[in-house]
Amino acid sequence: MFVFTKKAKLFATALTLVGLVMMVIGFNSGGHDEATSHDAHATEAHADHAAATHGEEVHAAAAHAEESHAEEAHGEEAHAEEAHAADAQAAHAEGHGGHEDHGAANRPWAALLVNTIFFLGIGIGTLFFLAIQYAAQAGWSAGILRVMEAVALYVGIPLLGMLFLVITGTMGMHHVWHWMQDGIMDPTSANYDSIIAGKEGYLNDGFFTLRTVAYLVIWAGAAYLLRRNSLKEDQLPEGQTMFFTQRKLAATFIVLYAVTSSTSAWDWIMSIDTHWFSTLFGWYTFAGMFVTALTVLNVLVMFLRVNNYLPWVNDNHQHDLGKFMFAFSVFWTYLWFSQYMLIWYSNIPEEVPYYMARFGEFKPLFITMVVLNFLMPVLVLMSRDSKRIMGFIMLAAVFVLAGHWMDHYIMIMPGSVGYHYGFGWVEIGGFLFYAGLLLYVVQRNLAAAPLRMKNHALIHESKLFHQ
Amino acid sequence: MAHTEHTPVVRALYLDDDVVLDAVKNLRGKGIKVKEVYSPFPIHGLDKAMGLKETRIAMAAFMYGLVGLTVAILITSYMMNIDWPQNIGGKPSMTWGKNMPAFVPIMFELTVFFAAHLMVWTFMIINKLYPGAAPQNPDPRTTDHHFMIEVAAGDGVIDALKETGAIEIAEA
Repeated sequence: MFVFTKKAKLFATALTLVGLVMMVIGFNSGGHDEATSHDAHATEAHADHAAATHGEEVHAAAAHAEESHAEEAHGEEAHAEEAHAADAQAAHAEGHGGHEDHGAANRPWAALLVNTIFFLGIGIGTLFFLAIQYAAQAGWSAGILRVMEAVALYVGIPLLGMLFLVITGTMGMHHVWHWMQDGIMDPTSANYDSIIAGKEGYLNDGFFTLRTVAYLVIWAGAAYLLRRNSLKEDQLPEGQTMFFTQRKLAATFIVLYAVTSSTSAWDWIMSIDTHWFSTLFGWYTFAGMFVTALTVLNVLVMFLRVNNYLPWVNDNHQHDLGKFMFAFSVFWTYLWFSQYMLIWYSNIPEEVPYYMARFGEFKPLFITMVVLNFLMPVLVLMSRDSKRIMGFIMLAAVFVLAGHWMDHYIMIMPGSVGYHYGFGWVEIGGFLFYAGLLLYVVQRNLAAAPLRMKNHALIHESKLFHQ
Repeated sequence: MAHTEHTPVVRALYLDDDVVLDAVKNLRGKGIKVKEVYSPFPIHGLDKAMGLKETRIAMAAFMYGLVGLTVAILITSYMMNIDWPQNIGGKPSMTWGKNMPAFVPIMFELTVFFAAHLMVWTFMIINKLYPGAAPQNPDPRTTDHHFMIEVAAGDGVIDALKETGAIEIAEA
């Protein structure tokens, strides 16, 4: 039985409160906290910015100067102008009159969105993994299902965070989602954008909020039901009734998640760059979330084993979690590259601005992110032995978690704040806030029930795994 | 494993893989050297029970993969940039670095190709399984429904083998 100590409780609470205070400071400074903003970057970025607000052509030239890919991408000048005219605000949101000012105001909100999505990934990824174990009738993992449940139940908190962001967005408190701007779908308005107006059937306040509520209900509901049945099973006489109930429930959730994982990624992340679209964006986002969750699970299981809470879990279980971490890092890279290469190769004006922004202003982050998410886990986790050694797993976990936080950052920031990005109060505070809540909720859930399921049909098989 | 020495051995046949696994553990516990086990299919955990050294084929595969990656980089750069410079995707830079994304599939495929093929050939050669190699299996029944343990001959070995449930014992 896991014990949630007073010290751990205090630490988690303190982390949450510190994060909360930092976020309040960040929101009150309205994104203009130059002290914490990218100071080293300031001169260069603002010079660029000043030029860019005066006209797209200058901006295009700047992009040309700093990015060789862009240069090739627009071999003909006329072509470049066409691309920018067609997709004026997709990359840096400079196309609409006065819109550039939103960038700074959006920053705390966008930073909160980055952290919300990152921690949402931990919850929903674990929930999906838990559901797979039931649907596939996996034997090896039966001994760590309670650990997965504890993390999966966390999914509701970042989902509530998302709901908060969505509601404040529809109320016009921020314009992280560009299509929420006033008059953008109104032909008589100066802000009118015919391409965005064409997407009104899907991207409108009511339907958007409704979808977010639906994700909240389906995901948090599935986590709650899987946990409730699992606890109920402990009280029942031995048998397989609950095993098949859980299997049906898990399979149903997986089908629903197959759809909602894609649509939620379109809604919350892809619609920031409203003109742009990518058909595999949903899977790409999912892959990043899943590998984040597997990493957290691996570290958590390791922590519990070191503290002797899971005597029935052996090195072979840990090894398999390591394999998952390795495999899904590669899977993420595969999807990331598939999306990138096709757009780079075909080089058409509808698609390319997305990567022009990321390969321009955000280039150092972008490259670092790929190295952290692909090269480091591959090199650290490739050998059999390293997946069984705590130090290597921890090292890879740091790379993967940092890398995927940066990946979400790079998905969200260019379209929502443009040149006003940085690492300030809300970026760090939001992380601490959610991390504190994660620690609190997970430990509370771990302590709430025995870590070993009493009547799970495959618990014995799990114990004998590769022994 | 290939035969490298010609010391006298005793061969015992069994009918069940679980019996073989227990027999190997039992014999090694008594200090009898188990030289080889023949089985129609892989027996899980037998490598550990026999105390076999860990394979180094993983390291070899990694090296072969690096060779494949290098070959891919060299051939793409020679073919596409040096021998006959190509305009790739309307980006006529004619340099390898700037067209690298187009070459990634080739780099991936050749890495896998080299690692997989050379690893299999290495395995075959080390185990003397190449075409024309002399057969090493002392009893063809072990390719069908029997299992065989081969131990070094010595005092009390035959009794020990009988205890483990062997159905047939022969000295060679």
